[in-house]
Amino acid sequence: MQVQTETPWRLDHIIIPLILFLGFCAGMAEWARSPDWRMVVQGWTFAGCMAVIGAWYMWMYSGRVPDDESGPYCDTVVKAGVVAAMFWGIAGMLVGVIIALQLSFPNLFYFPDLAWTNFGRLRPLHTSAVIFAFGGNVLIATSFYVVQRTCKARLWGGSLPWFVFWGYNTFILLAGTGYLLGITQAREYAEPEWYADIWLTIVWVCYLLTFLGAIMKRKEPHIYVANWFYLAFIVTIAVLHIVNNLAMPVSLLGSKSYSLFSGVQDALIQWWYGHNAVGFFLTAGFLGIVYYFIPKRAQRPVYSYRLSIIHFWSLIFIYIWAGPHHLLFTALPEWVQTLGMTFSIILWMPSWGGMINGLMTLSGAWDKLRTDPVLRMLVVSVAFYGMATFEGPVMSIKTVNALSHYTNWTIGHVHSGALGWVGYVSFGAIYCLVPWLWKKKLYSNALVEWHFWISTLGIVLYITSMWVAGIMQGLMWRAYNDYGFLEYSFVEVVQAMHPYYIIRAIGGAMYLAGTLVMAFNLWRTVSNGAPEISLPKDMIAEPAQ
Amino acid sequence: MSDKKNEIDDVSGTETTGHEWDGIKELNTPLPRWWIGIFYACIVWAIGYWIVMPAWPTLNGYTHGWFNHSQRDDVMAQVGLLKAARASKERELSNATLAQIQSNPELLQFAQAEGKSAFGDNCAPCHGSGGQGAHGYPNLNDDVWLWGGSLADIQHTITVGVRSTAAETRQSQMPSFGRDAMLKPAQVDDLTEYVVHLSGRPANGAAVTRATKLFADNCAMCHGPEGKGNRTMGAPNLTDNDWLYGPRREDIHDQIWNGHGGVMPTWGGRLTPETIKALAVYVHGLGGGE
Amino acid sequence: MIHGWLERNSILLLIGILLVVAVGGAVEITPLFWVNGTVEHINGMRPYTPLELEGRNIYTREGCYLCHSQQIRTLRDEVERYGHYSLAAESEYDHPFQWGSERTGPDLARVGAKYSDEWHRAHLADPRSVVPESIMPPYKFLAETPLDYRDIRAILEANSDVGVPYSKDQIAHAKEDLEAQGDPNAEGVGAFQKRYPKAQARDFDGNPNQITEADALIAYLQMLGTLVDFKTYQADAPENRR
Ligand code: HEC
Ligand code: HEC
Ligand code: HEC
Ligand code: HEM
Ligand code: HEM
Ligand SMILES: [Ca+2]
Ligand SMILES: [Ca+2]
Ligand SMILES: [Cu+2]
Repeated sequence: MQVQTETPWRLDHIIIPLILFLGFCAGMAEWARSPDWRMVVQGWTFAGCMAVIGAWYMWMYSGRVPDDESGPYCDTVVKAGVVAAMFWGIAGMLVGVIIALQLSFPNLFYFPDLAWTNFGRLRPLHTSAVIFAFGGNVLIATSFYVVQRTCKARLWGGSLPWFVFWGYNTFILLAGTGYLLGITQAREYAEPEWYADIWLTIVWVCYLLTFLGAIMKRKEPHIYVANWFYLAFIVTIAVLHIVNNLAMPVSLLGSKSYSLFSGVQDALIQWWYGHNAVGFFLTAGFLGIVYYFIPKRAQRPVYSYRLSIIHFWSLIFIYIWAGPHHLLFTALPEWVQTLGMTFSIILWMPSWGGMINGLMTLSGAWDKLRTDPVLRMLVVSVAFYGMATFEGPVMSIKTVNALSHYTNWTIGHVHSGALGWVGYVSFGAIYCLVPWLWKKKLYSNALVEWHFWISTLGIVLYITSMWVAGIMQGLMWRAYNDYGFLEYSFVEVVQAMHPYYIIRAIGGAMYLAGTLVMAFNLWRTVSNGAPEISLPKDMIAEPAQ
Repeated sequence: MSDKKNEIDDVSGTETTGHEWDGIKELNTPLPRWWIGIFYACIVWAIGYWIVMPAWPTLNGYTHGWFNHSQRDDVMAQVGLLKAARASKERELSNATLAQIQSNPELLQFAQAEGKSAFGDNCAPCHGSGGQGAHGYPNLNDDVWLWGGSLADIQHTITVGVRSTAAETRQSQMPSFGRDAMLKPAQVDDLTEYVVHLSGRPANGAAVTRATKLFADNCAMCHGPEGKGNRTMGAPNLTDNDWLYGPRREDIHDQIWNGHGGVMPTWGGRLTPETIKALAVYVHGLGGGE
Repeated sequence: MIHGWLERNSILLLIGILLVVAVGGAVEITPLFWVNGTVEHINGMRPYTPLELEGRNIYTREGCYLCHSQQIRTLRDEVERYGHYSLAAESEYDHPFQWGSERTGPDLARVGAKYSDEWHRAHLADPRSVVPESIMPPYKFLAETPLDYRDIRAILEANSDVGVPYSKDQIAHAKEDLEAQGDPNAEGVGAFQKRYPKAQARDFDGNPNQITEADALIAYLQMLGTLVDFKTYQADAPENRR
């Protein structure tokens, strides 16, 4: 085995150090030459990352065969992904709680002298940290794990998976510190500036290569459905990312750029991207998790292969059309709005196809939900997915959107998807993965129960408060008095939100508390959990390659 | 699928597809009928919607649909309907005198409703949600007026603003006596005492005496010989102990030194004359109208 | 079964996915670049002045768009509260657009000339000093930070590269124009106003000695929504119905 993988020279051992070196030089150049102090800090950060990764790389690959190349599968990189996901998840949710508190108690949580603590800079930090850092690391880790198991093949590219892991997290660090400095493209969910976007493009292509390479080397004749979803996620995100980030930098030595498109075209491109970041990052990718971890954990076959096919293709085809539902009643021409609204409705059943396949896989194993809180978390996540994808089409109906748009209803919808679906499915997968990867028994099932109930209560508080707040906000804005004049001024509505903002902050804090319980549980599992003596037979890895 | 008989799952009694990945199998369950039914229904509904509404792009335009709908027309029509419903009362309001409005409770209520509505989003950010004012922004509840408290005065102030960008704005500028070295620092100090004295508070008698002539020479032309103010110039009454920029000695000193002049925007272009009249009635009715 | 091929051939699967996801975007987005009337033809729009553009950069930098929309929808209450519904043309020089998706704070599409510079100064530095109910963050540092406009010419050039119709003259005089707009006593005000008709030149931040970030941001806020001449805009002309 070792002999096979160790060739006298390997392309990855040349290309990756080369990329790291060039990256280091670019970072140093910005540091030394940029007249823009923000860019200097970014250059320094980037060069530092490149140097650290380079040193790590040399240590890892000089004169030894790392675990990932000796065992049957690359699993250490999956472990790294799990650790990174937990770290960023906690950081992102903490920032979420902070910005929730800022809106509740502006006098306490704003610091006039510290520009970087302002809501406008912390909010993108929150969204990027939870979606791209937490969610992204979960997706990278699980996709790496799943594709190897279901293809019986190791990831392609030797050390390339490690480059993907480090490169991606470098992107996160660059983006997150950039927001605090005030570097942003001001496009929701695509805020990182041009150079971070270029870096992500390189990393993402490598991600596609390792993943696709594993599929091409597979020992199974068929590609498993989870991998269809992961693949759709990876390639579509690449397309969306590149098009939406086309921009003209002011200078190669500055952080600022101007997007290639403007006004109404720019708006539609941004929401074509934004909506499909939901569709392909937060949905297709995580459905990949559902298709592996639920049948695995429940030890039941997937409910319907035919449903998988139909809902997969219809989902990815229809999602792309739905973006204009973010721009209803705006200056976007009405015909596009019609398409956005109607395709959003058509999207309802394709979305629910995933929910049905996830839930019905449990048939014959429903009793496990009582005893296995991890399986319960996975199943509840699918239920939340069903709820968010029902709510979404409803909110896309023009008359409903007239009320809901711009309000906290959207925030409630987002977090029923984010906390209930994305959060829970990730937690469920990680609770499965940690014992499998570290070959230890989970430290405490009781703590998982605690996590589940605290965070469920947190979600309920979060989303109900935002629904009430959002609908109230929408109704107050459009309320007329008996004489036909607007009843409430804008600030009266701001004041009316106050109690709901506080309830949301409490709910969010509970959700964060649950995540901290989880982190403790996992840490104990890894550090001194009992070794798992008898892995179920089908979980024992078969040698690859 | 292939000809070969696939394994049957014992729990559901359904056939599997015969594949297996890492121990995961798939059932070959047919599509749920309700699922495919709703899916088709949504598509049919969408097609119907496309036929009647603007929907698909064409080579140089788009399909307008049977209804040839336009949300821009819609909103204009709705605003038009609302305006029409309010029109007769608005007309009545714009022609009425103060006495007429006050003697017609219905019209008064209408005007107050309109005024309150416009006040919240346009005026409250400066004058406070209750019209109570703030540092540099006059209180509109009391009977102290810079530019006059009659309905017509108020209406005019709102329409043209004060030191605003409107050509016909109310205009006047207190000089920066200290900053521009028109007076010596000691003289400004004395005048501060004088103004404190004018407002009926204890002040340094010697300074007041010294400043009497200074006031007559420099200030009386605007604030009047007795400091009672002058509404044609928006010069405040200095004897009423009601302050735009604050009662403390340093506030008064600051004003004489720097000569602040607050800007009240013009609303003539932004709000309709009817709304402005209603605002004037509302402000007039806050308590201090004359 | 066709699906068998796709399931067995990863490259076919990849191509299949790419084709399927390409359709929607192509049909919805590309026509916006050529269908007539997507952007209305109106009088009054001009590119941002250099100072306004710097102000806009601060607006994006501070993430104001996360709380404020700049898009008045075609709904009765919005038109009554904020003014005429937003036109596509009003953001035609916006790279990127700033329509926003939340209204934690009010819409700003037509906030220009609504308040005084002084009010903006106080409000930005400490929103609760003027609006006690506000939950907006304080931006005290803006008035204390001198504006860094060393690269203003390059900024105009970059905008010109992506299609904003800046003239050579405007690009060449970017720096003078910026300084002239922030200082009404500067010599260049006349030339500046010739290059940017109707643009307001004054000391926006109350500190005549320095051009600060507050100058730029307030200059931007004070022009929002003031350009289009709605007296000559024909709302019911067929090409404007869209
Ligand atoms: C940008 C802040 C601002 C806004 C908004 C504003 N005002 Fe004013 N207003 C002022 C200032 C400053 C003054 C005092 C001008 C002066 O110093 O002479 C003033 C003066 C007035 C006066 C005259 C008071 C007097 O004593 O004569 C009236 C009446 C008034 N405002 C009504 C309104 C109404 C009604 C609105 C809304 C349509 C409004 N204001 C909006 C700043 C504002
Ligand atoms: C050209 C006219 C003019 C002259 C001369 C003038 N003032 Fe004023 N003064 C004003 C105006 C107008 C205001 C109100 C400013 C505003 O509304 O923002 C004012 C305001 C004040 C205030 C603040 C009142 C308050 O309510 O806070 C004081 C104090 C004052 N003047 C004192 C003086 C003294 C002392 C002098 C002479 C040295 C003087 N003024 C000369 C026009 C004048
Ligand atoms: C946390 C949300 C938040 C952020 C971020 C924010 N604002 Fe606000 N803004 C508000 C709220 C709430 C109001 C309404 C209350 C008030 O007037 O302060 C407001 C009001 C305003 C107004 C007055 C609008 C009107 O018509 O009354 C302006 C102008 C404004 N903000 C500009 C900005 C700018 C510029 C930035 C960025 C530098 C910004 N805001 C960032 C929440 C925010
Ligand atoms: C059928 C599926 C779905 C549809 C049709 C849909 C529809 C919508 C609509 C109409 C909005 C509001 C747009 C606005 O008024 O501004 C919205 C916002 C949003 N949705 Fe969904 N949604 C769906 C599923 C999901 C899921 C599963 C998630 C997962 C987390 C999600 C995340 C979001 C986010 C993050 C936003 C906020 C976008 C913004 O920043 O404004 N959606 N969605
Ligand atoms: C501890 C839990 C969390 C708290 C307290 C929290 C809080 C918040 C707050 C206060 C906002 C800003 C809302 C506004 O502008 O009005 C926000 C936005 C957002 N959050 Fe969270 N959040 C949490 C977890 C998450 C998670 C786990 C995700 C995703 C996986 C997520 C995704 C988002 C998104 C996408 C937005 C932007 C919504 C939009 O623009 O419409 N959040 N969150
Ligand atoms: Ca970007
Ligand atoms: Ca948003
Ligand atoms: Cu969407």
